[in-house]
Amino acid sequence: MTITMRRRLSIAGALSIALFASACGSSSKTASTTSGAATTAAGTTAAAGDLKATLNASGSTFQKAFEDEATKAFSDKNKGVTINYAGGGSGKGRTDLAGQLVDFAGSDSPYAAADLANNKGGDVLYFPIMLGPITLSYNLDGVDKLNLSADTIAKIFSRTVKTWDDAAIKADNPDAKLPSTPITVVHRSDGSGTTQNFTAYLVAAAPSSWTLKSGSTVEWPADTQAGAGNAGVAKAINDNKGAIGYVDLSDAKAAKLKYASVKNKAGKVVAPNADSASAAGAGITVKDDLTFAAINADGDASYPITYQSWIIVYAKQTDKAKGDVVKAYLTYLLGDGQKLLPDLDFAPLPKAIQDKAVAQLAKITVG
Amino acid sequence: MTTAVSPIESNPTASLTGRRGLGDRAFAGLALLAGLSVLAILLLIAWSTTKEAWPILRTHAGQFFFTARWAPSADHYGSLALVYGTLLTSVIALVFAVPVSLGIALFTTELAPTWLRKPLVSVMDILAVIPSVVFGLWGVLVLKNPASRFYTHVAKVADHIPVVGRVFGLFGGKANGSSFFTAGLILAVMIVPIITSLTREVIATTPQNEKEAALGLGATRWEMIRGAVIPHSKGGIVGAVTLGLGRAMGETIAVALVIGASAQVTSHAFAPGYSLPSIIANEFGDADPLKRAALIACGVLLFVLTIVVNVVANTIVQRSIRRSRGA
Repeated sequence: MTITMRRRLSIAGALSIALFASACGSSSKTASTTSGAATTAAGTTAAAGDLKATLNASGSTFQKAFEDEATKAFSDKNKGVTINYAGGGSGKGRTDLAGQLVDFAGSDSPYAAADLANNKGGDVLYFPIMLGPITLSYNLDGVDKLNLSADTIAKIFSRTVKTWDDAAIKADNPDAKLPSTPITVVHRSDGSGTTQNFTAYLVAAAPSSWTLKSGSTVEWPADTQAGAGNAGVAKAINDNKGAIGYVDLSDAKAAKLKYASVKNKAGKVVAPNADSASAAGAGITVKDDLTFAAINADGDASYPITYQSWIIVYAKQTDKAKGDVVKAYLTYLLGDGQKLLPDLDFAPLPKAIQDKAVAQLAKITVG
Repeated sequence: MTTAVSPIESNPTASLTGRRGLGDRAFAGLALLAGLSVLAILLLIAWSTTKEAWPILRTHAGQFFFTARWAPSADHYGSLALVYGTLLTSVIALVFAVPVSLGIALFTTELAPTWLRKPLVSVMDILAVIPSVVFGLWGVLVLKNPASRFYTHVAKVADHIPVVGRVFGLFGGKANGSSFFTAGLILAVMIVPIITSLTREVIATTPQNEKEAALGLGATRWEMIRGAVIPHSKGGIVGAVTLGLGRAMGETIAVALVIGASAQVTSHAFAPGYSLPSIIANEFGDADPLKRAALIACGVLLFVLTIVVNVVANTIVQRSIRRSRGA
């Protein structure tokens, strides 16, 4: 008798704990979207009270820092809205959107023409939302200022140039005292939009020295090191004397790395920061569908290794509630949301592109 | 004296001749269903992954299975280097893990004082449940840099020795912290608890009288272990090692963080490499459809590889058991 009683009690106890845990889980999720201080001042023009939906998104980890801040600020002003941006990589975002698993995707590059046919929801629209510089971060004692040209960078990353006092680096830095330390090249171990755009820069700016083509992963030479994510590359650079690698500006600053100034297309040596990235944005030609490459842009003040990120949505939004929120969120990102970017070490869009993106919002049909 | 007689008592051989009660039949049915569902899940996994991998197998099959170069940007997908990395890291893991596990198992059952046995067993069991990502993080944050310095010392000495230098020498002038060897070491730490606990269980079943007989004939402790314990437990030990090998081959995150992400076939243990599970983990997120198909094909290949290794290991076990039984 006692055994059965004990068994019944333990089953009842387990069930009640499970119910309690699930109740706690769901209530804490709604609590987190309403708490927290809003970081921006003015609200959006859309009726803040009647937007109510949960949006799911995935994609570029480059935009993730921006999305985290923007979704929090937007939800603070629109209490009925929850936006979950999952990251996972540009490729994942594009694939998820093609299968309609998410409401919008973040991506550092547009769909390949051959893949557009797989998109279940029809035509997509590209909304650029930010620009950001990729730094060449390095770890070298005694060298605090380093200038590099595209050819030298290509040679370093192809392992043609193997020591810091090589003639090519000396030519870029006539006044610097360069030690004879061997160079350790650090690249990404995971597939990445950062790699894609960095290699796209090398293909565009140094085609004779760079033969490894461009892609989210590249056939790096065997005697190089790899790090997982921008943070992993930053750590690997910090751990190895004489290391050099390509890292987002925000991660480079967070890891307190030194980074090089790069010679741009106009022949001027420019340091990576929010202003030079915006200048790069001003010098690019934008296609009609708002795709472009900010890599190797014209202009004296442009930082040449600047890249961009888009939010991709379907032009035809079938769910009215979600469609309204998508439109309102994009309006926010292209408007007040741009003010969040400089603090995150990204660059806001130049006015010309911003205006075109805002005009494209009208192409989203809801319901 | 009329007492109610149950069907079993009235006909004791009823269950043997097939006239079973409802409870028996229901249980038999459920057990059969469970067994079949496991088989069904296995077949479903094999079929659905091969279907997803079909786009790459249709066009690049020969290249995929027989070349070593993995270069998606050049439309070249070859898995040999990945298979090599998977096998090499697993072999390194076994080389370190098996002697250690065997030693711990023998120590716990034969040599340890009684007060030490239980704590040792508990510690082993705790080690077995540490998540693999924790091992990976420990590897990349704690082990990698000291390991790199250690490798450099070893490699500088080994470089001058003819054959050993090809395995333990410098690679491209360096001995990398992120390499086949570090991945193998971390895998070894991860599979020791599994192999130890299974081996310990098997060794503990050695009949006491066989052990006492050996000791009574004048054998030393080591001779007793070699003569009575090991032959009895051989099959179980190989089974435990196979299980550990299976885990080592399939380990994803821990290896992905420390293997160095460079798909190449080289004899140098201190060179960066790649393995099937870690390339899937690293490159799946940002992959376009064709590369996704290629990565899923890597998954299918790993599946087949694990099955082949298991079958081979089991055949060896069966053969050795048959031989030792003199059948």
